[in-house]
Amino acid sequence: MSEVDPKDFAAYAEGADAWFRENVVRDPGFMLPLTFMEVGTDRQFDFLRDWQNRVYEAGYLGAAWPKAYGGGGLPQAFQNEANRAMRRHHGPIMLNAIGLNWTGPLLLDLGSEAHRQKHLKGILSAEDIWCQGFSEPENGSDLGNAQTRAVRDGDDYVVNGSKIWTTLGRFAKYMILLARTDTTAPKKYDGLSFILTPMTVPGVETVPIRKLTGEHGFTQTFFTDARIPAEGLVGVEGGGWKVAMRTLEYERGARGGQAGGHVAMGTNAFDVVNLASRMSRAGAPLLEDPLMADRMIEFMMEIQSLALCSQRTQVPALIADRPSGIPLSSKLMSTEMTRRLNAFAIRLTGQSGAYYVDEPGAVDNGIWARAYLNSFSATIGGGTSQIQANIVGEHVLGLPKS
Amino acid sequence: MTIDMRDLGRIGFTEDQATLLDLATDFCLRRSPISTVRRLMEDEMGHDPAIWQEMGELGWLGVAIPEAFGGSGLSLAEVVPLVEQMGRRLMAGPFVSTTLAAQAILVAGTEDQRRTVLPRIAEGVPASLALAEAEGNWDLEAVTCLAKAAGPGRLTLSGTKVLVGDAHVAQWFVVSVLYEGHPALVLVPASALPDGAMRREGIIDETRRAFRLCLDGVDLPDSALMDPALAQTGLRHLHLAGNLLGAAEMVGGTQACVDYTIDYLKTRTQFGKLIGSYQAVKHPTVEAYVAYEQARSHLYSAAHCFAEQGTGEIATRMAKAQADAAYSFAADRAIQFHGGFGFTWDCDAQLYRRGAIWHAAQYGDGAYHKRKLVSLLF
Repeated sequence: MSEVDPKDFAAYAEGADAWFRENVVRDPGFMLPLTFMEVGTDRQFDFLRDWQNRVYEAGYLGAAWPKAYGGGGLPQAFQNEANRAMRRHHGPIMLNAIGLNWTGPLLLDLGSEAHRQKHLKGILSAEDIWCQGFSEPENGSDLGNAQTRAVRDGDDYVVNGSKIWTTLGRFAKYMILLARTDTTAPKKYDGLSFILTPMTVPGVETVPIRKLTGEHGFTQTFFTDARIPAEGLVGVEGGGWKVAMRTLEYERGARGGQAGGHVAMGTNAFDVVNLASRMSRAGAPLLEDPLMADRMIEFMMEIQSLALCSQRTQVPALIADRPSGIPLSSKLMSTEMTRRLNAFAIRLTGQSGAYYVDEPGAVDNGIWARAYLNSFSATIGGGTSQIQANIVGEHVLGLPKS
Repeated sequence: MTIDMRDLGRIGFTEDQATLLDLATDFCLRRSPISTVRRLMEDEMGHDPAIWQEMGELGWLGVAIPEAFGGSGLSLAEVVPLVEQMGRRLMAGPFVSTTLAAQAILVAGTEDQRRTVLPRIAEGVPASLALAEAEGNWDLEAVTCLAKAAGPGRLTLSGTKVLVGDAHVAQWFVVSVLYEGHPALVLVPASALPDGAMRREGIIDETRRAFRLCLDGVDLPDSALMDPALAQTGLRHLHLAGNLLGAAEMVGGTQACVDYTIDYLKTRTQFGKLIGSYQAVKHPTVEAYVAYEQARSHLYSAAHCFAEQGTGEIATRMAKAQADAAYSFAADRAIQFHGGFGFTWDCDAQLYRRGAIWHAAQYGDGAYHKRKLVSLLF
């Protein structure tokens, strides 16, 4: 990337700040999802798709992706600045997370020129929503054992099987599919292929799954003799495991190149401090209870730890001993912290913790309970915390495989 | 809430910090192998004067001393990587005591004291602090030892100080006292201590030396009194600086402790498998490792922000609290995961665990700092 003119950068930063200040709608009159995994209604979907499109058109999404594919062709620092402005002004989430954060950087990295030409712009504009077909009902953490079959027939693969936990499944136009093209490979990993799959062809059916929150978030996807064009193959046939692993690095934030924006509102320690400061027990402010105050401080320290660790990765001399340690553990640490923090927030509400969303007695309309229950999507999805701990133990610390 | 996360601290790292980190990593690794640590534990002196002299020659004692007083004019942020690496190698010696004594003189000493003592310290003459008393109050202003006027131009001291680090080699002591009803600091040369004023204490961390110091009958010229107007500032600074450097030693120790445990988990076999392959052992080890990374992030945030009003105190207290949690957990699990060997004197896990306990007891443990953070943040 060419040199950045500081004047250009300052103008861009100023423009982004002004644009988000002016254009963010914090309350559209209905509850917006806190993460891309919680988009349940058409109203939420339409609102967020329009929002992403406007952010892109304004130049604050995909700013660092190449111009040839619809990006802004600017240095990453520009997009980072736009991301900060988006957060600063509490912009709603970017809807097309799997496209923006996983598929997009993956195609820039390992995709063919045709893949990039065909898909990247639609990912940025939110015209093409993407979903992911990795997990199966019988193969969750054991992804390498995926059994959905893809059999080559002329220019197509004929796909049969089922994928589960398909976030945005009922809205998606494309799926990144991990399917078994060879059942005879001596190693199970070598029989897998990674295919960009249209969701709108005959034989692809999605069925909503009702989540523990009561909402309809994601789907199960069924393939019945679906003919999927072979041009969607990424890498080589039988090389899907490596592509999937690379995708997971993008998903877990262990590798950069994402289009930008946030796909989850994140839990801000100060929101919880604010909650605590509104609560009282037996007539006294809750934070005068030393035990509650101690727990609250611990959470603030922990959230601060995550922010500082992320900053530390920018200082090579301070991560020299184990450079992959912080990136490979960040998913584990942040998702587990969020889960515990939301559980703590429910405790803060005392007796009102008995109420759920939309009941007048529920504190903050029950958002803490819903956030806690939804937080498991992140501690389970994308590799459970237990799998993440194995990854850190084995890949960072060099401990023997379990 | 008017505060935002940036007010809690942030990472910054200077060229000087990077250079000193490199130097210290190498120096401490070479000069303080575990065999040396164990030999010095049995030695009455407790450290190697030749290595101390080498540190003086490297200019490490003067890192945070202004150039006008013979130092290199950097700050405690640059001392942190040195102390971190010393903690990592359990390196013995009066480095932290001396550095903190210099800080006290710099912040709260008289001009004459700065001019006469700081250049000597920068050359490598050891000094120490006598702050703690038997009551065990981590609030340094809660002092009972006394300094009283004793005739024209003279002071006498009374009372007893405890846990005075490296008193056997210190040539000066910064001593906290009550003077005319207020906390004050006095700079006491070792030569002013009567025979028998010092007794070595039995402490949990045997790589260190600490002493009980009886001040009764210590007679001084009143020029020994440090600037009374700066006593409060000085004590406050010492409290935070003590915690910053304590956290640095702890973070270094935590890293070594995690590494030591990992080495064992990769070599010890039970039931035909390396014990590191068992998730009941692997996952808590990952937890210890991540807590270490978090503690190190807090440490370098505190180092970077130390001089900032408000943020410096918050970041330092967080760093010490996080280091306490991380070191205690890592070292506790290190003993457990070494099994029967972990229960023996020869396993180094006990050295780390004892070090963690020592540091928790110095300048406030995690619970104490979290309580202070409650008043700072809520």
